Amino acid sequence: MSLHKLTIHELQQMLAARKISAVELTRDVLDRIEKVEDKVKAYITLDPEGALKQAEEADREIKEGKGGALSGIPVSIKDVLCTENMRTTCGSRILENFVPPYDATAVVKMKKAGAVLLGKVSMDEFAMGSTSENCAFGPPRNPWNTDYICGGSSGGSAASVAADECIASLGTDTGGSIRQPASHCGVVGLKPTYGRVSRYGLVAFASSLDQIGPLTKDITDCALLMNVISGYDPKDSTSVQQSVPDFRQALTQGLQGMKIGIPREYFIKGLDPEVEKAAQNSIKILREAGAEIVEVSLPHTDYCVAVYYLVAPAEASSNLARYDGVRYGFRDRNSDTLLEMYNNSRSQGFGAEVKRRIIIGTYALSSGYYDAYYKKASQVRTMITADFKKVFEVCDVLASPVTPTPAWKLGEKINDPLSMYLSDILTISANLAGIPGISVPCGFSAKGLPIGLQIQGAHFQEEKLLRAAYNLEQGLNIYHMRTENL
Amino acid sequence: MKITAQEVSHVAKLARLHMSQQEIEAMTKQLDDILTYVAKLNELDTEGIMPTTHAISIVNAFREDEVKPSLERGKTLANAPRQNDESFVVPKVI
Repeated sequence: MSLHKLTIHELQQMLAARKISAVELTRDVLDRIEKVEDKVKAYITLDPEGALKQAEEADREIKEGKGGALSGIPVSIKDVLCTENMRTTCGSRILENFVPPYDATAVVKMKKAGAVLLGKVSMDEFAMGSTSENCAFGPPRNPWNTDYICGGSSGGSAASVAADECIASLGTDTGGSIRQPASHCGVVGLKPTYGRVSRYGLVAFASSLDQIGPLTKDITDCALLMNVISGYDPKDSTSVQQSVPDFRQALTQGLQGMKIGIPREYFIKGLDPEVEKAAQNSIKILREAGAEIVEVSLPHTDYCVAVYYLVAPAEASSNLARYDGVRYGFRDRNSDTLLEMYNNSRSQGFGAEVKRRIIIGTYALSSGYYDAYYKKASQVRTMITADFKKVFEVCDVLASPVTPTPAWKLGEKINDPLSMYLSDILTISANLAGIPGISVPCGFSAKGLPIGLQIQGAHFQEEKLLRAAYNLEQGLNIYHMRTENL
Repeated sequence: MKITAQEVSHVAKLARLHMSQQEIEAMTKQLDDILTYVAKLNELDTEGIMPTTHAISIVNAFREDEVKPSLERGKTLANAPRQNDESFVVPKVI
């Protein structure tokens, strides 16, 4: 039986009924990885031995009736989350041999729930990118067509879920990095509200925007993972003391009483007709499920890319100052002075996109330019947030495309950073405003590449997102379509 | 031009990045495109608008000042490129 194709909730039942063991399941997923990884290249580090040991432990716990919410479920983790005694590279040469001395809080929670960690998956270096091509160890591929990008920066997470090389994954989202690859790979990806999930142990890119979230095969699994990773953590002073509901309770049939806003500015010029068609079809299904559809406006949407590409690099330039070759990471050993050591270690350790963003950020924060760039961007950020506050007075959630186009071919935009940045236009605002957003598979292009629908909501309204997404999933019934071509 | 190669070279120095002349030139062109694009923010009047630093504002995340175990020295030194079992070792500064 192809256990690797199943979802967490399907496997949980089989594990609990002792129809299968966690070791059997883990072996099956490892076999799947063995078979397709050459083509997908989702993993940076794979730990089959460790995974099988954890699976044995899970089997013992299940047998003793002490199993957790994810007992025996094989998962992958984006290589930006610290894992104790397991290499964490952030897709960068500068951290190629970094082995964290502790687990990120989200990883601790996954382990406590009984999840089996298969390994660490590929990403754009320090989560900076939209295609995962900025990974220092080579890009992962889109499982639906390996000539195409899988999206980024959580590309390895999305690809590993879509290729059944894990049952679920954790990624991170700073400007769309969970939702965009989820959309391109035909899986579910949720960026929670800022502060919902602890960032402790998440290697920082842009601290006011970063958030950890699940990538899964369906909405029910997404809710299950949210139950596990959410909650206040004293180790992250920006995590919020907010009660965590049972997100699975939100998955009910019917959308009576729900108002769904369609932001006119998200149906931009240049939106691919196939993407628009898939979004309109999804909106129709949401209406048929009982939702009331209203047109709304987010007038400052067009400025979000400009704000983001000042705010995020500014924070990154400060966060990445820690890579100096002293305490961890790569050091150039041929430098005679401390200054040379800093310069050479950083120049050899970082890739082109990371350097580009450090330079933009340093420039935007430097004396004489601060007011014109960083401060101005932070003020427009306030205006973008105010747009959302206003629309959530008249609707519960917003529905729109996730990306303006389906996935493109590897290499196509790599030399044009600005055109790459502009492809993030529909996902960035959520990070600037700190609101949650989910990508739900909603169709395919004529070339057979997946398309996603984005649903966004007000702060801490993940339940509404999941409810709308669940109804869309049930109405579309495309979950059974899988990547058979690998 | 919004930015010159000389400025990029200066910023690279501030950011502790060594770049070849070729890299500086390529970066200048790309940065100029990006800065030209972000200049669209000037279309908006932001007079009197408070800048956002965090999307969810939390005021004073206080906690008791308690002594708790922290990472042991051996573990924190384990990833260092050079160390002497007590401290990180760097090229001579003085």
